[in-house]
Amino acid sequence: MSREKRINFATVWLSGCSGCHMSFLDQDELLIDLSQKINLVYSPLTDVKVFPDDVDVTIVEGAIGNVEQMELLKKVRERTKILIAIGDCAITGNVPAMRNIINNSPEEVLKRAYVETADKNPIIPTEVPKLLRRVLPLNEVIKVDYYIPGCPPPASLINYVLTEVLAGRTPVMEGKAKYG
Amino acid sequence: MKPDDILRVAEREAEKQRAYKSRINVCCSSGCLPFGALQVLKAFESAIKEYGLEGECKVSRTGCIGTCSVGPVALIEPGGFLYQNITPENAKEIVKRHIISGEPVKELLYANEAFFKKQYRLVLRNAGRIDPLRIEEYIMVGGYSALIKCLTKMTPKEVIDEVIASGLRGRGGAGFPTGQKWNFVAREKATPKYVIANLDEGDPGVFANRTLAEADPHAIIEGMTIAAYAVGAEKGYIYVRAEYPLAVQTLREALKQAKSMNLVGENILETQFNFDIELRMGAGAFVAGEETGILASIEGRRATPRPRPPYPATSGLWGKPTLIQNVETLANVPLIILNGGNWFAKIGTPKCTGTKCFSLTGKVNNPGLIEVPMGITLREIVFEIGGGVPAGRKFKAVLVGGPSGGCLPESALDLPIDYESLTKAGAIMGSGGIVVIDDESCMVDTAWFFTDFCVDESCGKCVPCRVGLLKMRNILERIMRGEGRLEDLDLLQELGEYVRDVSLCGLGQTAPNPILTTLRYFRDEYIAHIVDKKCPAGKCFRLEAEI
Amino acid sequence: MSGTGVVKLKIDGVEVTANEGETILSAAKRAGIKIPALCYLDGLSSYGGCRLCIVEVKGSPRLFPACTTPVSNGMEVTTDSPKLRKYRKMTIELLLSEKPHICAICIANGNCELQDLAREFGVDHLRVEREWKSQKIDLSHSFLVLDNNRCILCTRCLRVCDEIEGVHALDIKMRGKDSQIIIDIDDDWGSSISCTSCRKCARVCPVGAIYVRDEPISRTKNKDIAQFILLRRRR
Ligand SMILES: Cc1cc2nc3c(=O)[nH]c(=O)nc-3n(C[C@H](O)[C@H](O)[C@H](O)COP(=O)(O)O)c2cc1C
Ligand code: SF4
Ligand code: SF4
Ligand code: FES
Repeated sequence: MSREKRINFATVWLSGCSGCHMSFLDQDELLIDLSQKINLVYSPLTDVKVFPDDVDVTIVEGAIGNVEQMELLKKVRERTKILIAIGDCAITGNVPAMRNIINNSPEEVLKRAYVETADKNPIIPTEVPKLLRRVLPLNEVIKVDYYIPGCPPPASLINYVLTEVLAGRTPVMEGKAKYG
Repeated sequence: MKPDDILRVAEREAEKQRAYKSRINVCCSSGCLPFGALQVLKAFESAIKEYGLEGECKVSRTGCIGTCSVGPVALIEPGGFLYQNITPENAKEIVKRHIISGEPVKELLYANEAFFKKQYRLVLRNAGRIDPLRIEEYIMVGGYSALIKCLTKMTPKEVIDEVIASGLRGRGGAGFPTGQKWNFVAREKATPKYVIANLDEGDPGVFANRTLAEADPHAIIEGMTIAAYAVGAEKGYIYVRAEYPLAVQTLREALKQAKSMNLVGENILETQFNFDIELRMGAGAFVAGEETGILASIEGRRATPRPRPPYPATSGLWGKPTLIQNVETLANVPLIILNGGNWFAKIGTPKCTGTKCFSLTGKVNNPGLIEVPMGITLREIVFEIGGGVPAGRKFKAVLVGGPSGGCLPESALDLPIDYESLTKAGAIMGSGGIVVIDDESCMVDTAWFFTDFCVDESCGKCVPCRVGLLKMRNILERIMRGEGRLEDLDLLQELGEYVRDVSLCGLGQTAPNPILTTLRYFRDEYIAHIVDKKCPAGKCFRLEAEI
Repeated sequence: MSGTGVVKLKIDGVEVTANEGETILSAAKRAGIKIPALCYLDGLSSYGGCRLCIVEVKGSPRLFPACTTPVSNGMEVTTDSPKLRKYRKMTIELLLSEKPHICAICIANGNCELQDLAREFGVDHLRVEREWKSQKIDLSHSFLVLDNNRCILCTRCLRVCDEIEGVHALDIKMRGKDSQIIIDIDDDWGSSISCTSCRKCARVCPVGAIYVRDEPISRTKNKDIAQFILLRRRR
């Protein structure tokens, strides 16, 4: 196995709590197996700044909430062969998308978060990237190849899907995929 | 009253009418009223009075003749002269020249003979010809003689056999064989049994049933009473939407008259047969016209459909056997009894006998209410009866079957109209709505319009219709905003088939038709929206982009 | 159809004997064949709204809800096929997309029949966009909560309240996509004059739409309650 060519593997963190990444790390000793098969070319766990070309598999955590994330995601999709959405935020919008309920308007959201509910200094920040009108799950913007639901998905499920995908098989999700 | 008394009423009325040399039938139906029909009626009456013609010319308030777009209209007999766009002023002119001098006023005559040429009036036989508020006129033209024939000469089984022989099928949409349904109800042992006449007519742009009730209410009442005799029912309801005040008023008056002549009620015509009819008003939900929705509504609950079986024939109102029939279906019955099932079966096509009323609307020169033999082609309806699309425009599609009908293209115009071929083409007979669409319309927008109607009218009981249709509408909106993706077309198709197959009642089962047929026949328009971000008809992309 | 006769039918190829008037769902259950169902609940009248229990009947192009369709002699029923799976999966997807179901913050997380069905059918994402409209949350009762944002309109609560508790405190207002559960004539729950606070609605709600405040939902929920009371009553 280890003599085989390693694949280029990336992980991306958008609007999410990083719990999915934690769960990814929770694969514990199975990570050692995985690390034999991959080159980690981009991830919040590394210091690479630019998403590289020619990535074989990327897992994406989090929903798309702002313009910056939208641009990154489109780039990721262009440069990745297999893109896996990991966690409920990436798949349904989940908690980050709850702001969609507020009148579908980013201005209202910012006002609610930074002014109405502020204890001190009620100021809308200017340095954050422009918010989208609505927080979107990945598949409303790009094509997603596989999904690993859960908030966060259990490490065992992440491992199962990755194992199957790396082996060129389609994971069977019946009976396994649990939201929440 | 006995049967003979009824015959005497007919004779007396005929005698009375013979005294008049001519007769002016002024349409005072819902179509002509907004154009001032009542003022026209008054103008005719006062002109006749002014010229002292009361004894010679009868001015009569009648129902609709079908040419609603040129109202107010009046039909002058003898000769069948139809006048259009009458005003109180030219009414007097008509009296002066036509009635007094005997010279029809050419410039005011309805010139469009093609409108009537291919029509065949069975159901609308009396529409525009008799005064719906006078039972004597209905009786004079042979009304209630079919009921008399049933009560005096036929057993219930013979009545059913005649209806079976006629091949009559339900005009409310599904086309179920009427005689067979009567058999189902007749053989049930539980009592009491009920008959419901369905006059809910919730489809927008459809007005055939309303017109029938306003023009010839007794045809419905007689058909209903015959049906009750055949299946052994003793109580009937006419379920009519409350937004049809004139139809309600006409039916109420007609029922009063029929009861006073002992044609409805206890010991009808001094036989053992009892049948009472009550009017019930619906609050105007489209889904309340669905048969199990009606049941719930009449029982006093929310008009929400329920799964069938059990069918109303076995378990209907308060769990009792119930016959539900569209009013147009019922209006055919007296003719079948009088002329025989075999006579009726020769009209139309072998599998689809008789005629059908259609409300012809949209971009067509002669809109109105028409009645045509089954088997006629859509081309004949649109281009001959309807006179084609207005000059300068091009025909694009025709929506057949109301809001959940199908949009059919030019290539489908030669289809003979019957339940099966319409269904095969992706449309339905529905309640007989035909909307002609020209090249100014966008088919995606058209599909959206009708889907949106069904989204609003969904009762919400079942998931496919409540949520599936909503999602389909939302996908269309996305496409119309220029944010569509090609995969959306497959998703629409999949959702459409799902909603059609899984929905509980006919609303959901047919609501995907506008989308499914436009996907089938006008796919290029969808692709233009998605790929070229262009609306060929220039209708869409009015909404600002979302992101 | 007096319900006294016995009929024979085949469900998924298995010979099954059933009572006349019995539904396909109940006959299948006795034969050990599980048909997915959501709005149906033992002990309550059948509703036929969720459409999960649809089955194929030989000789008909239509699909029939097993929870309302009576058995008949010689009937051949198929309860599972690629088409039925596809349609059931779609139903679950649509239900999840109709409201902002956010399992991560829901009291019913881990005790939810909709969530379980999504898992069973492998609904790992939604192909249709979600609605993000917010609907009324009624917090006025001293311990019962109604959150319409999670309601799937199965009407179990209505039926248990009407048929078992005999009160009919709950009903639906509006129609179609705007349908919402209401208390009495759209009153606040806390001021309801008919609600007996028996909490049966919370026991049978398949999701997290009606629950008891500050009580673990695993303790609140009891799918057998209606049937249990019904049997007790008959004795
Ligand atoms: C959503 C919906 C609306 C309907 N509305 C009407 C209606 O307004 N009038 C009618 O006669 N039938 C209507 N139907 C059809 C009835 O359910 C029923 O089939 C019909 O009244 C039976 O009479 P028929 O056999 O004479 O057609 C409707 C069906 C559906 C599904
Ligand atoms: S198909 Fe639509 S209208 Fe009919 S029961 Fe279902 S939700 Fe109600
Ligand atoms: S509140 Fe619960 S039980 Fe009641 S209809 Fe909604 S989901 Fe069903
Ligand atoms: S369980 Fe049968 S339709 Fe819901």
